[in-house]
Amino acid sequence: MRIVAEHLTHIYNEGSPFAVKALDDLSLTIEEGEFFGVIGHTGSGKSTFVQYLNGLMRLPSSKKRRKKKGDRTVLQVGEFDLTRKKTDFRALRRKVGMVFQYPESQLFAETVFEDVAFGYKNFAEKKPTAEELERVVRAAIEETGLDYESVRNASPFDLSGGQKRRAAIAGVIVTRPEILVLDEPAAGLDPLGKREVMELLHKLHGDWCKTVVVVSHDMDEIAENCTRVAVFSDGKVLYSEPPRELFKRAETLQALGLDIPLTAKLCAALEKRGVPIDCDFTIEDFVKKTLARKGGESC
Amino acid sequence: MLKDVSFGQYYPVESFVHHLDPRVKIVFLIVYIVAIFLAKEFLALGIAAALLLLALIVSRVPLPKVIGALRGILFLVVFTATVNLLFYQGDKVYWDAPAVLFEWKIIKITQEGIIFSIFLVIRLVLLMVCSSLLTYTTTPVSLTDGVESLLAPLKWIKFPVHALALVMSIALRFIPILMDETQRIMNAQKARGSSLDTGGPAKRVKAVVPVLVPLLVSALRRADELGEAMEARCYSDGKNRTKYKKLRFTWRDLLAFLLGAGLLAGMIVMRYFPVFAL
Ligand SMILES: Nc1ncnc2c1ncn2[C@@H]1O[C@H](COP(=O)(O)OP(=O)(O)OP(=O)(O)O)[C@@H](O)[C@H]1O
Ligand SMILES: [Mg+2]
Repeated sequence: MRIVAEHLTHIYNEGSPFAVKALDDLSLTIEEGEFFGVIGHTGSGKSTFVQYLNGLMRLPSSKKRRKKKGDRTVLQVGEFDLTRKKTDFRALRRKVGMVFQYPESQLFAETVFEDVAFGYKNFAEKKPTAEELERVVRAAIEETGLDYESVRNASPFDLSGGQKRRAAIAGVIVTRPEILVLDEPAAGLDPLGKREVMELLHKLHGDWCKTVVVVSHDMDEIAENCTRVAVFSDGKVLYSEPPRELFKRAETLQALGLDIPLTAKLCAALEKRGVPIDCDFTIEDFVKKTLARKGGESC
Repeated sequence: MLKDVSFGQYYPVESFVHHLDPRVKIVFLIVYIVAIFLAKEFLALGIAAALLLLALIVSRVPLPKVIGALRGILFLVVFTATVNLLFYQGDKVYWDAPAVLFEWKIIKITQEGIIFSIFLVIRLVLLMVCSSLLTYTTTPVSLTDGVESLLAPLKWIKFPVHALALVMSIALRFIPILMDETQRIMNAQKARGSSLDTGGPAKRVKAVVPVLVPLLVSALRRADELGEAMEARCYSDGKNRTKYKKLRFTWRDLLAFLLGAGLLAGMIVMRYFPVFAL
């Protein structure tokens, strides 16, 4: 499923003194099969945008929109036209899984099994059999790297922070959504936990979920994993391009208050010393190109 | 859905009403409620309503906001009015028709019942508008300061006034936070296919549990953290605490106070010497 957004505007508390323009005439296209990164400073509208993708944020009715003349809002996710009120949002939500920031706050059931099964039961057309449920829940839990036998009957509130996060992600991927959207899935974890979550996403991408859209502040992980990255700023998309091109704009990004990957910093430092290195900012490629340079000229 | 719950949220503009001493506003609200329940004729209620309308215009709080607050009690109003309309017993005659207009089994619609219901609706609406005007024009902090200061005499009988004010300010402070939290959790469960905004009423009620449990967990966690944070800062009782903002009584407050006193006096007089006796 392809995601197309054009001229998307969102104002919180419209018409009151608290009005905030979170999205400002935003346009962005995400192709099927991408591992898409979304970056931007705090308050740039990332979370607001991703909530549109499965209909948790809805556009005002078309009548209201038409009043503001020249409205050309387009919001299409696969075959679903989200500008229409009659769209089947349940069907949409089954195909677009959403992992919120701190997803562990959604855990509620008595056992991890029940919690993971919740989404599957909700979306199932007819009541799933016990074996079917067991099979899909086991697959989802194991996919996230948890040990099924030891956690299935544990209370989700007794798990460690990292385990809770995995259990919560399992509760979303259990329906095998075509698009998986994650809002800062690694926030609040230690460096190892962060890496593990990103590895998990990498594993999910392709077989489990065709398209992955991830909001992240971790530029190293973005550079390492993403096919394309969108840079949000004040509710607009400034750039939308592969990391390989994006991180060449080191200075612009830093002026926006964004970090750049370590490899980009090293490239910039090397370039200053007269050793330009043209790599795609993954560690692997950086090392390879640097070693090649070293072999080529002595310095 | 939740964002429509606008009652109890401060509306930040500058106005005469906003600058009033919170104590005066609280006292005015109490006086006003007493006054509208003293009122026994439409003229008296009309005067009270006119005064409130004036306060509303002066406060610069937009009318849709106030109407939004009314929506919250719509059900209550309709319900009580209907019950009274159908079951109120009374035999006064107000216009040229029999006292009992309609009777069927236990249902009895009387002239007095109709008048009484109309009164009730007007009173409830005025009450709601007046109290939401208080919260729209007063920040939670100054509201609690006002309550604390008004209750100060109770300290003489060892009543924990400061603790009470603290509890109140924490509760007020947490309303918007818990509201946000609820919205977040609701969104997360909706994304997992919960039938919070789709499906029939029975399904929707069942869908509440997956929202309530995480909400409770997070509320308890927050309470714990807040308690620890306060202890870590050596917070104890309110003795010898100073205030950042001192409450001050100005000419504005005097004016509002006089208006309130005038209203109350007028209502008492009109109760015993009605102009248009009903
Ligand atoms: N529920 C809300 N009510 C009012 N304003 C909001 C709400 N949610 C977000 N905003 C505002 O909208 C803007 C965009 O918020 P958003 O959460 O989309 O940013 P973000 O890019 O996700 O930021 P972060 O990196 O901090 O998560 C911010 O200015 C924020 O204050
Ligand atoms: Mg965010």
